[in-house]
Amino acid sequence: MNLILFTFIVLLGFTSYYFGRKKAYTIQSTKKRLTALPQFYGYYLAIWCAIPAFIIFSLWAIFEPTIVKLLILSDYSNQGYLDDELNLIYEKTKALSRGQFTGEITPFIEASAEKYLSLRSIAQSSKVVIVLSAIIASVAYAYKRISSNSRTREPVEKFLNAVLFTASLAAILTTVGIVFSLIFQTIDFFKVIPLFDFVFGTHWYPAKAFVRDSSEALDPTMYSDTFGAVPIFAGTFFIAFIAMCVAIPIGLMSGIYLAEYASTKVRQYAKPLIEILAGIPTVVYGFFAALTVGPFLKELGTSMGLEVSAESALAAGGVMGIMIIPFISSLSDDVITSVPQSLRDGSYAMGATKSETIKRVIFPAALPGIVGSILLGVSRAIGETMIVVMASGLAANLTLNPLESTSTITAQIVVILIGDQAFGDPKTQAAFALGMSLFLVTLCLNIVALRVVKKYREKYE
Amino acid sequence: MNKNKEQLLNKRYKAEQRFRLYGLSAIFMALLFLTIFIFKIFSTGYSAFQKTWLIVPVTFDAELMMLDQNPSKEDLQDADYYDIALKSMADLDPNANEDQENELKRMVSYFFEKEIKNELLNDPNLIGKTKEVYLTASDDLDQVFKGNYPRDLPEDQRRVSDYQLKIFDQLVANGKVESKFNISFFTNADSREAELAGIASSFMGSIFSILVCLMIAFPVAVLAAIYLEEFAPKNRFTDFIEVNINNLAAVPSIVFGLLGLGVLLAIFQLPRSTPLVGGITLSLMTLPTIIIAARASLKAVPPSIREAALAMGASRMQTTMHHTVPLSMPGTLSGTIIGLAQALGETAPLILIGMVAFVNTIPGSPMDPAASLPVQIYIWAESAERGFVEKVSACIMVLLGFLIIMNLFAQIIRHKFEKKWS
Repeated sequence: MNLILFTFIVLLGFTSYYFGRKKAYTIQSTKKRLTALPQFYGYYLAIWCAIPAFIIFSLWAIFEPTIVKLLILSDYSNQGYLDDELNLIYEKTKALSRGQFTGEITPFIEASAEKYLSLRSIAQSSKVVIVLSAIIASVAYAYKRISSNSRTREPVEKFLNAVLFTASLAAILTTVGIVFSLIFQTIDFFKVIPLFDFVFGTHWYPAKAFVRDSSEALDPTMYSDTFGAVPIFAGTFFIAFIAMCVAIPIGLMSGIYLAEYASTKVRQYAKPLIEILAGIPTVVYGFFAALTVGPFLKELGTSMGLEVSAESALAAGGVMGIMIIPFISSLSDDVITSVPQSLRDGSYAMGATKSETIKRVIFPAALPGIVGSILLGVSRAIGETMIVVMASGLAANLTLNPLESTSTITAQIVVILIGDQAFGDPKTQAAFALGMSLFLVTLCLNIVALRVVKKYREKYE
Repeated sequence: MNKNKEQLLNKRYKAEQRFRLYGLSAIFMALLFLTIFIFKIFSTGYSAFQKTWLIVPVTFDAELMMLDQNPSKEDLQDADYYDIALKSMADLDPNANEDQENELKRMVSYFFEKEIKNELLNDPNLIGKTKEVYLTASDDLDQVFKGNYPRDLPEDQRRVSDYQLKIFDQLVANGKVESKFNISFFTNADSREAELAGIASSFMGSIFSILVCLMIAFPVAVLAAIYLEEFAPKNRFTDFIEVNINNLAAVPSIVFGLLGLGVLLAIFQLPRSTPLVGGITLSLMTLPTIIIAARASLKAVPPSIREAALAMGASRMQTTMHHTVPLSMPGTLSGTIIGLAQALGETAPLILIGMVAFVNTIPGSPMDPAASLPVQIYIWAESAERGFVEKVSACIMVLLGFLIIMNLFAQIIRHKFEKKWS
């Protein structure tokens, strides 16, 4: 229904465009000068068609459910129902009207459901009538108004500018959305679990926090020693550290080689090939780590008399390192190539070899940029999810042995939230609290890294 | 003195060579990882494109099927095929006892009844006759036939019994086992049985999510890029938007999953597990990527174009919409495709919004529950059955194939249509 209406309104928009342009041509044919090109008269009318439609649609979307609910529940007023019960009645009514109701159908609810359906259909048809009449009225008004000397280009361009501006707010809205979705759950979580216990507790065992009956009083002591995030944070940084141990030497050295030594031909092929590593989906790395690297390390360890877990931190971290190589190599390649040639020439003129020039002149000059690229790599390692979920353990061990299994922030979020979630349960809220800490840590890393890289770029521009 | 100098020089040259070697070996290592990786995926995955069939003679006994004389089409639909299916499997070994008959039944997929039924529906004249029917072999025998299953394990550690192997070997010797291209891998939805599981449902889920993502992210990102590059005044607010975009591009994807869960599902009450929600979540993720690409390609349009248009009396909006934006489109489009390729490979946010649910129907719209290709990889990889390992690799090959095609497409657009300004 809405779709048909929408299509119809779009058609109306095109029609108004056509009429606007036609009027402009008519004016033109009377040898009067227009103040704008004919199509602007068309756009002008189309906008007059779109704006009332948009306003009415949004008003309806905001107010229709509330008004319908009020009307339905007015039948139940003065009967001593509590707010929660009224909400329940309303939900039942809606479910019944959709035919998805399972449970005992009382005549009251049945009557409400019928009333609900009739209200909805009244709302629908009145929406259609109001939207169409509003569009016709506003387009007719605008059509009468436009004349040879009316301004149409300026309002059209102002409107377009407003649309462009609104679109650019999307990025801010997304950030606000992220913070918004994380913060309320996080605050609720810290109402039950003291911040101190979360940040300094050493036992993480969320499975203990079973789904609570909402009528029961919340007993915070029940959760003491359940949500201590130290093992999770330690595991996250430990795995990121292993990943960086793989990624930094390989990534940095290949970046240096590509920038300083490689012939154009080698560079032309090697660079995109290495970048393929960055394009492989992380779930594929996870599968590789879990089914190939993990068992391989275990076998290798057994043959050397070591006890290696099949889900060792080393397997997850090592594969994650391979994934991060191209980020570091490309960025450091860019950074090194942008070091001015004069610095190299100066060093060569003093008799330094190429590697000495790189180590003593270029590397220090490029260091801020390289540090920035490494920080971005760390941020990526901390936020990486699938490799850890598939290849590292899911139980949070506090260990520094790379051959044992550990867990990370991201893996715990997935473990907690996979399947059905009960909002309002400390276990679910814990995932959001973890998400919040992840967001904050990566935010700081990103801002510092981006600033460092930007400063560095400006220095040599 | 001279000799000392020479030694020092030699040492420096050696250090130079060593350094060069480190660099070369670093690149070599990176490429080696890539090769191992691709080799491993292909070598475990290619066999999933073949499927093993057992050719079993089936007698369409009207009595066993509870059919009357001259049955109608509906009668054939409702007939009982289980008994003849069982009997035809049991007849493979006339001397089988009851346990062994059970084992014989487990040599084919549990779908075998339906396969026999389809055979009869295609040709109703078969009643009372015997015909050799292709039945999907069980996942374990499939693996045995492909040589992926160690036959020399002790029997109690194998999922295939000695008896099943014996009958199977007889069938192989008689040429009653055939390997054909595995069409059902592409046409079936997910299934708990490895031999029947296919990627159709997750494939459609991916397509729908990507379409939703494209329809939201592309217009918004292009409009935002136009505003920021062409119209935005230089002030604090614009800087703030810019910081936001750069930062969003580096936010871990799982955080977007939390956003989808906390806002789209909990507040807007959109349906769980659907490509609609997945697509919206992914669109928020790809937005910064597309904005950055679109801005870069707008920036690459030389100012002379704008100046020429302005000099001809075009307004700023006309200049932008008629000249700058069309000229920047190739770069924007290729950036969009790369952003979509990233979104196509994304798993974690989709898991959080519930797209991991087991779906054994093929979704017909973005509002139906579905998985996506990467999530399917995750689901199958977590599954213990051996047959799923090759399925996972095959699914990875399909996914990588799509990513390669998308990236090639982006490259072609960039090289073919982008104007070189010099």
